[in-house]
Amino acid sequence: MTWTAGIDVGSTYTKAVVVDEAGRIAGVSLLRTGFRLPEAAQRALEAAAACAGMGADAVAYVISTGFGRFQVPFRNLQVTDLTAAARGARHLFPGTRTVLDIGGQTMKATRLDERGRVKSFRLNDKCASGTGAFLEKTARYLNYTTEEIGPLAMLARQPVTISGVCAVFAESEVINHLSQGASPADIMQGAIVSLVHRSVQLMKRVQMEAPFALVGGILRFESMAALMRKELGEAAYVPRPDLVQHVGALGAAVLGQRRLAEGVPGGAPRWTASSSG
Amino acid sequence: MAHAAGVDVGSTQTKAVIIDANRRIAARALVDTGANVVVAAERAFEAAMAAAGLDEREVGFVVGTGYGRYRVTFGHVQVTEISCHGRGAVQMFPATRTVVDMGGQDTKAIRVSPTGEVLDFCMNDKCAAGTGRFLGAAAAALEIPLDQLGPTALRAERPVAITTTCTVFAESEVLSWVARGRRIEDILLGVHQSIVSRALGLMRRVGIESEVTFTGGVARNIGMVKALVDALGMPVNVGEESHFMGALGAALFAMDHVEGRRAREAS
Repeated sequence: MTWTAGIDVGSTYTKAVVVDEAGRIAGVSLLRTGFRLPEAAQRALEAAAACAGMGADAVAYVISTGFGRFQVPFRNLQVTDLTAAARGARHLFPGTRTVLDIGGQTMKATRLDERGRVKSFRLNDKCASGTGAFLEKTARYLNYTTEEIGPLAMLARQPVTISGVCAVFAESEVINHLSQGASPADIMQGAIVSLVHRSVQLMKRVQMEAPFALVGGILRFESMAALMRKELGEAAYVPRPDLVQHVGALGAAVLGQRRLAEGVPGGAPRWTASSSG
Repeated sequence: MAHAAGVDVGSTQTKAVIIDANRRIAARALVDTGANVVVAAERAFEAAMAAAGLDEREVGFVVGTGYGRYRVTFGHVQVTEISCHGRGAVQMFPATRTVVDMGGQDTKAIRVSPTGEVLDFCMNDKCAAGTGRFLGAAAAALEIPLDQLGPTALRAERPVAITTTCTVFAESEVLSWVARGRRIEDILLGVHQSIVSRALGLMRRVGIESEVTFTGGVARNIGMVKALVDALGMPVNVGEESHFMGALGAALFAMDHVEGRRAREAS
């Protein structure tokens, strides 16, 4: 059996996935990126390999992706986030024509043709109000942690209107709503509603076509996924919660299998080159 | 009744200025705005009156300005902070033609006539980039008190280039420069320069005409003054009262009302 790995070095988390020749997931890992990107990538790969019950040296080909993809010294190849997410989405949901990927610091919409090639894309990485950071900030203003966002928003009854113009100025909006007696749940859900609107706008700008794949860390919040489905209809697919953050890494790993099948040489990752580099 | 007052309720701080019949500053006061805007306005006004040794009956007219101007319950009239900063700046520095006002939540560029009327303005109020909040984020990330930011930035040797626009992302960019071993001084100068470049964009849109007067709370930051002067390539007026320019302008508008009333009573 030949194993390949994809490592997605994101702004907040680094994700790794190990797959077999059939593209079946053997192991996954997730850890905070921090500031030492090569180290984060190495630890993520080791953890994913361990999760698959093997050593990292059993992995024959490594493809990196994400904003830190060039900081993975032991990679065999790097691909853009768009390519990786598109590939991962098509792997999970084969007919996918539009991918929405919302991470901690970016939001990306990609339209694919029938063969899965990128036809059009738009991204927001300049302004936090269109990214997961907006929800994280709102949660922090409410004194909740990022992991509490999902459960909190589920308690909402009547979401308040959050303008979603600036993640910094959202603080005064949150304080105003609290002082007027709104519940934290309704405020949190209001922030999610505003992010949903931003997402749909971005998707419209790539002339979205169904079916849709919704991926990235922010989709692990159930009410975000539910609201997006309400906006987009039946043909909006979300990976299961424990995989929703791993779609880019999965896509990279699957691409690695294809490279090996095409006959490019692989070989176990060499850390020594990495730690000195 | 010979006095007039201006109360400038900003997002972060509330300023009050009382002027006498000769339009000279009799007293000024500064309080944190906090959650209760109405109370902040009252406290600033009362503190200014106490400092001037006046009571309410001796202050003929009060003008409210700033984002909370409609919450100055004792104010007679509201005037936008744009008009007030223009008016105040020309009073303090008569040759002023361009005003750049940097506050806690917005930055404005204002072009004024020789008499202090607003000819054009441009503001950044939808996004925290280029405002005092950007400095606040850097201060929090680096755990440096706000009033130390400027002096620290002045000791920079090789400023870093801050590439993110968004204040939220800048926080992590600042930390990543720390992780890469860059000096705090160099990072901070980069932060100041990035804010100045946003302000400069606003100023160019209204047209930069000499003299330039720098107002608002951020004008107290010596690092920002230096970064602005360097970027503009011309001197900038900054006074001890820069922070109170909006309240001073409001007080000047209030004095117009006092004088108008006196003129009507005399006729």
